[in-house]
Amino acid sequence: MSRFNLRSERVPWALIVFLIALWLPWVGSRYDTLIGTQILIYALFALSLNLLLGVTGLVSFGHVAYFGLGAYICALLMKSLHWPFLLSFPAAGLGAGLFALVFGFFCVRLTKIYFAMLTLAFSQIVWAICFKWNDVTGGDQGLPDVPFPDLAWMSSLPGFGHFRIGDEFYFLVLVLVMLCVAALRRLERSPFGRVLTTIRENPERAAFVGVNVRAYELAAFTVAGIFGGFSGALFGIFNRGVYADFVFWSKSADVMIMTILGGMNHFWGPVVGAAVLTILNQQITSYTEYWPLVLGTILVVLLFAFPGGIMGALDAGWTRLTHRRRNA
Amino acid sequence: MLEISALRKSFSGFVAVSDVSFTVETQQIAAVIGPNGAGKSTLFNLITGHLQPDSGTVVLDGKDITGVQPHQICRMGIGRSFQRTNIFPRLSVFENVQAAYLIHRGRGPNFWSRSSSFYHDDVEALLGQIGLREHASSLAGTLSYGNQKQLELGLALASDPALLLLDEPTAGMSASETHDTIALIEKIASERALTLLFTEHDMDVVFSIAQKIAVMHQGRLIADGPPAEVRADPTVRRVYLGEH
Repeated sequence: MSRFNLRSERVPWALIVFLIALWLPWVGSRYDTLIGTQILIYALFALSLNLLLGVTGLVSFGHVAYFGLGAYICALLMKSLHWPFLLSFPAAGLGAGLFALVFGFFCVRLTKIYFAMLTLAFSQIVWAICFKWNDVTGGDQGLPDVPFPDLAWMSSLPGFGHFRIGDEFYFLVLVLVMLCVAALRRLERSPFGRVLTTIRENPERAAFVGVNVRAYELAAFTVAGIFGGFSGALFGIFNRGVYADFVFWSKSADVMIMTILGGMNHFWGPVVGAAVLTILNQQITSYTEYWPLVLGTILVVLLFAFPGGIMGALDAGWTRLTHRRRNA
Repeated sequence: MLEISALRKSFSGFVAVSDVSFTVETQQIAAVIGPNGAGKSTLFNLITGHLQPDSGTVVLDGKDITGVQPHQICRMGIGRSFQRTNIFPRLSVFENVQAAYLIHRGRGPNFWSRSSSFYHDDVEALLGQIGLREHASSLAGTLSYGNQKQLELGLALASDPALLLLDEPTAGMSASETHDTIALIEKIASERALTLLFTEHDMDVVFSIAQKIAVMHQGRLIADGPPAEVRADPTVRRVYLGEH
């Protein structure tokens, strides 16, 4: 059975996506690059959530906490302490991961809806602190004017001389996001990733082949927090400011919609979901102010027609196509 | 091998297991029988740490394992199959068994290597042993009921247990499936020198392979001994065997 398969590990999807995305600043407008940057950042955010949702089977309603913490940590370090991006970015991931470790310690003690509620509760605590702690987070004023990382060196690269700062930042985001994606992909295919899927499939059985279910859930929660923090750090800079609504719970819903829309049972599902939702949002809001209505309708149709999301539908369609060809 | 003494468990007033004591010797094949609701599954759950007893102890090879977490008990050498089939439905048969090996051999924390490259020969061999080699690439959830039970046995065996607990291994099977499954279990138990403790509703099966039988009734142990002795026991005849 050597038929070409969309899921095949031999198709270097990460490389293909990277090479296509690399051309955007050359062929697209300034606006396209802006949307591209946003898609990349949300793709990483959605992928980090899917480590919990699709891989481990944990429904977190509070994943935005780690996105927001990453954004605040990176922005504070760069703006208030004048740390270089090269240090602030990893620190944001580690900081968010540390919070995920502490909050997760309590969350994994509960299951199902109680787990989901506790993740939501922690994210609302983070939001309340960000909203009220004026001295550090700027409270409801937020942290405006987060500096761009120093990317002047990029213009000395051959062929990169004529780009604006926004394009240069796009390249930086592209490389960092793809490195994170590659790491997550590697992680999901590893024995650790396999253990997480056994927990998703059947925690009782997983425990009785020897898995310390809580410990692995906590590890997954922490890793998801780290990558969520990375995506938040990038978003804060992209947005040129970090505000309390970065941590508001409705953003947890947004990223969950992206993941489910794209397909949480497929590695690239969240990436596709992030791209489709961001582009639809831009397109539709230019025609009508009723974007949430359109989004709701799309979701209803999709959930009934393609419960596996866009990637699930593509996968099924592809399988049917190749089967027919083989049987013909 | 396994010593249970004065084990007791109640659920909000209802006593499911009441002062049960018995022992299983190394490499013995022992059965627990009793009508539905007699407390057999609860007893198993107490042994494997899924439930905490109100009082009493479970001792494995001289070590007190009362109240230890299930995953730790599994690592101490107890394998288990469940009454309601318990597998990983959306993983392939191969991946199911491979996962059990990865976990048992401590590869779980490895987040960098490819899991698909591990233990191919061992997985193949075990699949051959439990008769599922031709189903290796099927999704476990699509297997027939009997095959899922076989797979569950495979998952239990992958952690290389010394003591195997099987909760109703032939529940829901046809007569011929039951026969095949029991033959398979007997063969594996003798090849691997396993100690076996199982519950079963089919009395022919029980009396054909068990070397020791414990009879439970309403949470209490009413008889415990070799098959001939149990069969002749007047209390057992009255409350249980007589019903059939």
